[in-house]
Amino acid sequence: MLGKLTWAAIPFDQPIPMVASGVVVLAILSVLGWGVIRGHLPYLWQEWITSVDHKRIGVMYALLAMVMLLRGFADAIMMRAQQSLAFHSQGFLPPEHYDQIFSAHGTIMIFFVAMPFMIGLMNFVVPLQLGVRDVAFPTLNSVGFWLTATGALLVNISLVIGEFARTGWLPYPPLSELAYSPGVGVDYYLWSLEISGVGTLVAGINLVTTVLKIRTKGMNYLRMPMFCWTTLATNLLIVAAFPILTATLAMLLLDRYLGFHFFTNEAGGNMMMFMNLIWAWGHPEVYILVLPAFGIFSEVISTFSGKPLFGYRSMVLATMAICILSFLVWLHHFFTMGAGADVNAIFGIATMIIAVPTGVKVFNWLFTMYGGKVRFQQPLLWSLGFMVTFIIGGMTGVLMAVPPANFLLHNSLFLIAHFHNVLIGGMLFGAFAGYTYWFPKAFGFKLHEGLGKAAFWCWLVGFYVAFMPLYVLGLLGMTRRMQHYDLPQWHPWLIVAACGAALIMCGIALQIVQLVVSIRQRAKLRDCSGDPWDGRSLEWATASPPPAFNFAVLPEVSGEDAYWALKQRAAGRSWPDEEPRYRDIEIPRNSATGFVCAFFATIMGFALIWQIWWMVAAGAIGAFATFVVFAWRDHDEDTIPADEVARLDRSNRTQRHAMLTREAAE
Amino acid sequence: MSTVALTEAHHGSAVGREWSGAAPKRIVTGYGFWIFILSDMVMFSAFFATYAVLQGQTAGGPTGHDLFDLRNVAIETAFLLASSFTCGLASIAADTRNKSGFQTAMAVTCAFGLGFLFLEGREFASLVIGGAGPSRSAFLSAFFTLVGCHGLHVSAGILWLLTIMAQVFTKGFRSDIRRRILCFALFWHALDIIWIAVFTVVYLLGSAA
Repeated sequence: MLGKLTWAAIPFDQPIPMVASGVVVLAILSVLGWGVIRGHLPYLWQEWITSVDHKRIGVMYALLAMVMLLRGFADAIMMRAQQSLAFHSQGFLPPEHYDQIFSAHGTIMIFFVAMPFMIGLMNFVVPLQLGVRDVAFPTLNSVGFWLTATGALLVNISLVIGEFARTGWLPYPPLSELAYSPGVGVDYYLWSLEISGVGTLVAGINLVTTVLKIRTKGMNYLRMPMFCWTTLATNLLIVAAFPILTATLAMLLLDRYLGFHFFTNEAGGNMMMFMNLIWAWGHPEVYILVLPAFGIFSEVISTFSGKPLFGYRSMVLATMAICILSFLVWLHHFFTMGAGADVNAIFGIATMIIAVPTGVKVFNWLFTMYGGKVRFQQPLLWSLGFMVTFIIGGMTGVLMAVPPANFLLHNSLFLIAHFHNVLIGGMLFGAFAGYTYWFPKAFGFKLHEGLGKAAFWCWLVGFYVAFMPLYVLGLLGMTRRMQHYDLPQWHPWLIVAACGAALIMCGIALQIVQLVVSIRQRAKLRDCSGDPWDGRSLEWATASPPPAFNFAVLPEVSGEDAYWALKQRAAGRSWPDEEPRYRDIEIPRNSATGFVCAFFATIMGFALIWQIWWMVAAGAIGAFATFVVFAWRDHDEDTIPADEVARLDRSNRTQRHAMLTREAAE
Repeated sequence: MSTVALTEAHHGSAVGREWSGAAPKRIVTGYGFWIFILSDMVMFSAFFATYAVLQGQTAGGPTGHDLFDLRNVAIETAFLLASSFTCGLASIAADTRNKSGFQTAMAVTCAFGLGFLFLEGREFASLVIGGAGPSRSAFLSAFFTLVGCHGLHVSAGILWLLTIMAQVFTKGFRSDIRRRILCFALFWHALDIIWIAVFTVVYLLGSAA
């Protein structure tokens, strides 16, 4: 009846997962209870859960990412604590538990923090920057988000029911095959990622179509803000790379469930094919994460320097070059496989070439700041922290691209230090820059500046204290994923690294405090102008938070930095006096399709993991029925009458007018 | 067109035509679906690449030359190509709002699709019964996965086809339903293209070896 599921699946005897999951369940229940008691549930259902508004979905993506960051960081601090204690001892985490933690840490950070954070920011910002009312496929957008949430939920369910994979964040066979990983851990990993992978693919298709087909009048390709370009490149990579992940994980699933022989030791299976396939997705994935961050830094640096982006066209070229080159370097993840000197040399050189467009970008950012009136506010601090940190990470990357050096550094902590150097210093700092930069646009008030700066410094210093020792440890020969060790030379460095993790924890705590304080002081931090940073692109041309339809009248664009140009023109004369002619606006209707579909996907995923076949069938039928119901609806759009549009827009115009007049006077 | 030319001349844009605003819904939907089909093709290419790597790994078991029955495959191919033709007829009927013509053409498409699935199912069953199932060797794992993935797509396509027939029956050729017909037609023709590759790479090259 319940497949492999029994009471034994719940680890009653292990305090750490039980306490952790108890806290999580308690938190969820208290949020739900608060919603019920205060009567917020109808609001949440109507305005958020069933919303197909790209801004709401973007915010929910970012929220999911931040919550999962806490989970991923909890894993990280346990690992750092374990390694600082486990000298000549077993520490506090037994090996099978420690292995699950490093696997979950990597999986969660990549798939459920980095990906949703970036997709959320792109979702929120790109239609606004393109000057349009929505993305190409609003309901599909909601489906994509909720499927991502399903994946995250399944990973977290593994904390209480059963176990998670012990194979690392990429389940290399033959260890991940049924013979060596007989439990449900790898199955949790595989089904979570298959389901959330569909969500990511949907988001990718949606955003590619949006950038290529839905732009306001006059928004030619070479007038798009840089973030739109990096969004295009990122989502092209998603569309081209994620199907490979889906196929590869499907093969591993077939091996495990039906006794196929793709990656097994026997019957002709070829496990090195898994490494090739997974990295054919995995290397583009690296750029899927970092390219949007490059876009954010471009926006932030140009805005806070009060100058147009230096070398806009070279930046576009560099972005698209990275987009293509990222598919040509995957083999550098396994130089030690033994492909031979020629193959290794080719991939080593290709890897070094990819540093060239990245270097172009760094110089462009520096030249953008040169001669500008630089304002050192939170988003810019994250961007500066990024530039310094990312360059170090990039250089250690080029070092590892040398195959002979790679043979020494492969799978050592040097590698761990390198990719945290580029992921935290690149992607995560980018996400935080975007979060602080666009938060006022999303909610109408700024984040507290002092607390934000304190959080930044804790993160930056904490990062260096936590990860520079790992470079040293890598050179001292320490390999990754060690549950305990006996070498006294390693011990002090691991204690320093643990202190760094504690500093980062202070940074995270300060970010939480910042959010709470900012919400409480929102009246003081309110931004009425819609343009708190003296911005340059069209998202700042509308109110904060923007109305459901984004723009009462779609803007027309005649050059780069569209909103900046508008403000320059306005500075010379009184702007614009006559009220535009408002028309009725049609916006897509809210739909529960995404949520309901994800509900059935969760049931199906859980049933597949535990091999409860009747439940799989029930989930599949439910999901199909959801789509049929969606397809049968007769009204897919609501109309906002012109009077209502005018009413909403008038107050925005008044405030903006006041601001522009004030600026012109200064 | 003349207005576009005018704005271009007026702005003197260096990057060609002035963009005239968001594309109409039909274009957007079709375009997005093309992107999906491209991603689906990437997924198939992963399976094709795997098949190419594992083709020789028969682990002492039967090879493609021993197993493939080209006559059966020829009939399968004929069914699928014919179904693509009738799918095209259905699209034409939808364009001229010819309900009965559309339903007939879709029904015939469905019949050909089911015929194809029946033949494929029979081939798979006979292989499994003959001890050449997917767990016999890496070659057979790759074979069943690649060909079976195409078969799954055809099955999903038939489910979709029936849903669209029911929708046209109850709601007629509404604009959103016509967009779905467009996407379905793209999907169905794309499956043909993939089958041509399966037919060539798996069956023709396989039985020659």
